[in-house]
Amino acid sequence: MQSSRPGPVLLILATAVALFLLMPLVAVIPVSFTPARFLSMPSGNLSLRHYQALLDNPAWLQSILLSLRIGIVSSILATALATMFGLGIWMFQPRFSALLIGFVLLPLIVPPVVSAMTLYFLMTTLSSFNNWIGYDTWLGVALAHAVMITPFAVVLILVSLFQVDRRIDLAARGLGANLATRAFKVIIPNIKFGIATAALLSFVLSWEEIGVTLFITSVNAITLPRLMWMGLRDNIDPSIAAISVLLILVTAAILALRIIIDRRKATDPQ
Amino acid sequence: MGSATSRKFLLLGPLLLFLGLAYVVPFLGVVRWSFTLPETGFGQYIAVFTDPLVQSVFVRTLRICLIVTAASLITAYAIAYVWVRGSSVQRALAEFCILVPFWISVLTRAFGWLAMLSNRGLINTWLQSAGIISEPLALARNEFGVIVGMTHFLIPFAVFPIASAMRSIDERVLLAARGMGSSRSRTFWTVFLPLTYGGLIGAALIVFVFALGFFVTPAILGGGRSVMVAELVYLRIFQSPDWGLGAAISVVLVLFIAILLALLRRFIKPAHMVG
Repeated sequence: MQSSRPGPVLLILATAVALFLLMPLVAVIPVSFTPARFLSMPSGNLSLRHYQALLDNPAWLQSILLSLRIGIVSSILATALATMFGLGIWMFQPRFSALLIGFVLLPLIVPPVVSAMTLYFLMTTLSSFNNWIGYDTWLGVALAHAVMITPFAVVLILVSLFQVDRRIDLAARGLGANLATRAFKVIIPNIKFGIATAALLSFVLSWEEIGVTLFITSVNAITLPRLMWMGLRDNIDPSIAAISVLLILVTAAILALRIIIDRRKATDPQ
Repeated sequence: MGSATSRKFLLLGPLLLFLGLAYVVPFLGVVRWSFTLPETGFGQYIAVFTDPLVQSVFVRTLRICLIVTAASLITAYAIAYVWVRGSSVQRALAEFCILVPFWISVLTRAFGWLAMLSNRGLINTWLQSAGIISEPLALARNEFGVIVGMTHFLIPFAVFPIASAMRSIDERVLLAARGMGSSRSRTFWTVFLPLTYGGLIGAALIVFVFALGFFVTPAILGGGRSVMVAELVYLRIFQSPDWGLGAAISVVLVLFIAILLALLRRFIKPAHMVG
């Protein structure tokens, strides 16, 4: 429709917004090659010393491994809980569906700092009972992340469930399938891409989580964002630029993976 | 059908139980802190509403949130329009510019703004080498930096509801307006824009609520000089321990947002939020 195509004024404005969105991500790249020990644009000489610093300091690798472990555990927990909940809502259509969904979305609506405070209370309380799950432990962080990322998984799984044709479930029921057969043989195969997307997003959200992590860790459970935070607060460490460049590349790779999943979904006959 | 109820609970129960035990109960614990630390009573709530430091932080937070909401809506509207109604190349470029920052961590993005705005950052280095300025401009570690960083973070969240509202506009309405002799700009201002008010209100609500509880970006780009309410909670827990005040501020924040959502409930369309 030619009449509603963006005009020149709008295109100029949108281009400015696009530059605004991308500029800070691009600006990280030259900073990561600065030869100086402080945040600066390199003038002339380029250096790989900040990438070398990532390899030399074992704290970076340790925190990456810890973040991977926490991300895997919390995303599996969140995706499993969200899938069961979504199936329950879709199959039984309980009377207070809207209220139940609103309830499980609470960690998404409540300001992050309040969630952080709440989980800080939970972790310090748990720590008074045991040494495994609690303040400054990796299982404690995984549990807290699961609380924070479950609402996102629920939204994605419900969206894909609402695209499923109810008649296939009615047919399965009519043919005498029990609850488990309906869930595992009929419904889940139809939302497997939704579940995969939910698991992927859950992992990324846990991998990047900092607001809550800051409240519930101190010296033992140092995730990657926690370590970056330490290098960002006071004297800015240009190693942060090097790790940021790597993270931007990883994010781009994950986005590409997602696009491939979406493509396969588009070509896969439902 | 007792067994149907139990099977229903088998599926719905685990998540409800999980969030009940790991989220709702601990929140009640925070509420208890707000009334009992350091001593039993309403003292911390009186402090929240009378202490000049807390008051100034609340005022600054509201001011920053309003500016950020306005800036995010205007910029998001422009790029959402191209994303929805542009040519296919324009649409793909807009989508790329919206989704890439959306997926990148808040820390990386805050650092990116330090690389842009700090004294030896991109902007000051360019301006100085071009001879336009002699001393670096103070762009980061102040309120300006906080506003820029937060707007950058929140634009994608504003784009989704606005784009969703734009997509649901019936093309024939616009054609009718044009057919009856309305100019392009008049069609936009009197037909197109009013049809997206729902999306704009949804976007404003999301951005404002998110901005209110923002912590990481203000802490890094504000450099401790432009403390917002979320950072104040953090400082009251970890630097000058006053858990009761931190807890009371948290409870007030939750009540404030609950009232805001209740007042604007009729404008919230869940379908628009997902985009």
